[in-house]
Parts: sequence; C-alpha cells; structure tokens
Amino acid sequence: MAINPEYAGRTFEPSEPYEVSRVKIAEFATAIGDASPLCRDHAAAQAAGYPDVIAPPTFAIVITAADTARLMAEPDLGVNYAMIVHGEQSFTHSRPLHAGDVVVAQSTIESIKQIRTMTTMATVTEIRTVNGEHVCTARSTAVERGA
Amino acid sequence: MAGPGYHDISEGAEIASRQYQVTRADLVRYAGASGDFNPIHWNQRIATSVGLPDVIAHGMLTMALAGRYLTDWAGNPAAVTEFGVRFSTPVVVPDDDKGAQVEIAGIVTGKLAGNQVAVDITARSGDAKVLTRAHAVVRLP
Repeated sequence: MAINPEYAGRTFEPSEPYEVSRVKIAEFATAIGDASPLCRDHAAAQAAGYPDVIAPPTFAIVITAADTARLMAEPDLGVNYAMIVHGEQSFTHSRPLHAGDVVVAQSTIESIKQIRTMTTMATVTEIRTVNGEHVCTARSTAVERGA
Repeated sequence: MAGPGYHDISEGAEIASRQYQVTRADLVRYAGASGDFNPIHWNQRIATSVGLPDVIAHGMLTMALAGRYLTDWAGNPAAVTEFGVRFSTPVVVPDDDKGAQVEIAGIVTGKLAGNQVAVDITARSGDAKVLTRAHAVVRLP
C-alpha cells in the first residue's frame, strides 16, 4: 500500500513541549564527535554570548524526527515504516537551540509523490519556543520503497 | 577555536578535507543520542533481510559529521545557519574495529550578507558519494 496522497497539505497538531537539556546536548555532541566547549561548558557558552550551552545544528533532528514519526504513525496515512529511507534533510536556524529552551514542533506534509514503485513524502517541521519564537525550520523527505 | 574571518575568505576557497571514522560503536552511540533505533543501523540480520549489504550508518550521522566539519572550521557550533543534503548512497559499516571512512570536503561558493558564506560540501565513503546537493550557509567571525 502506498502513502495516501490525500494527506498532502495536511498540518498536524503541535507536539508536546520538549525541554532541551544540557545533558542531551552533551550526549548528542559526543555521539557526533563535536568537542566544542560551547556544547558542554555553561561558562564558555555564556562568555560567547549564549544563555546556556548550545546544540550542534543537526541536533534539531531529535525534536523533528520524533514529530514526523508521530505523523507517520497515522493509520490512514498508510506508511510502511519498514520500507522508509531518509531521502533529504535540511535545517534553517533563526538561532541555535540552547539548554533551557522549551519548544514545540509542528509538522505539515508538503507533498506526496509517486515515482514508479517509490513514494516520496516531503514534510516541513517548525520548531518554536512555547512563547512563539521561531528557532528552526526542518524539511525532510522520506522515501518509501516499493514492495 | 576562532575560525577564519569573513573578510579573509574569498569565493572559490577550498576548505581542507577531513576523514571521519564511523564504527558500529559510533552507530549505537548515535542511535541512543538521536533516538533513531531503526535496527538497520545496528542489526546485520535485519539490514540484510531488507536488501542492504550490511548495517548502514544513519544518514543523519553522516550529515552531522558534515555539520561538524563546518562548525569546526568556523569555530562555533552555531555557525551553520542553513544546511541541506540529499542522502544518495548509504555508508556501509562493517563489523570490525575500523568501520567505514567518510571523507568530507567543502568549497566556498559565495559571500553573503551578515558575515555569511555559502559552502558546497562533498562527502565520500570509498568510491561512493554519500551526500549530494549538500549546501550550507555558515556565519564567520
């Protein structure tokens, strides 16, 4: 079963608030080998002008992927998760995420296209603070391979 | 840790390429840090059952390494304001201590307002281009 094209253009409810923590930023930085003290040392981050330790740019995927996974679980969307591969990804940041941020993610399915036996689904996820400040726009294309 | 100054960089400047090693242990660590526990990134039996040659790296880990390449160059994890890639070929990670090698290189393709530069990235593992259409905007001091 291919992805239901009637979902193109659908905007989903915002996620529950996600609180960005120092521990999670440090864990993510370590996992990608980013040794910057700005990801770990509160004093160094403040000296550089940030409220708290800052996240590497692709940290936003922790928040956006959880949100797109939630929408992909919609039964009527018809995603076969086992056949999904990640096709494209982009991030546009208004500012870095930092520890202490409390953000919500909201996703829209921009397009669903059938290309031979594959279906591509492009989503855009906006990350904003609970006060409405824009932090990051993430675009992702999932590719469902044909069975 | 200060990166190159905006005024010291000209269009066409090449950023020195770097090699990154990706082992199975790195994939497990990234799975935990990112929350992406898809078994094709740690379980050979499942990876091969869906037609892959072996366990493959998370595309997002490869993108993160390219992001780190840029933020290390610029000297600040906040330097990358825009970053987009296409995942063209998976990085196959064998079950040994060496894992896979990913080579990342960049070239400055333009100077933008706000002390920012446009950068095109190439990422290879073996003979394969693992990222294509990889473009970033990086803010320099």
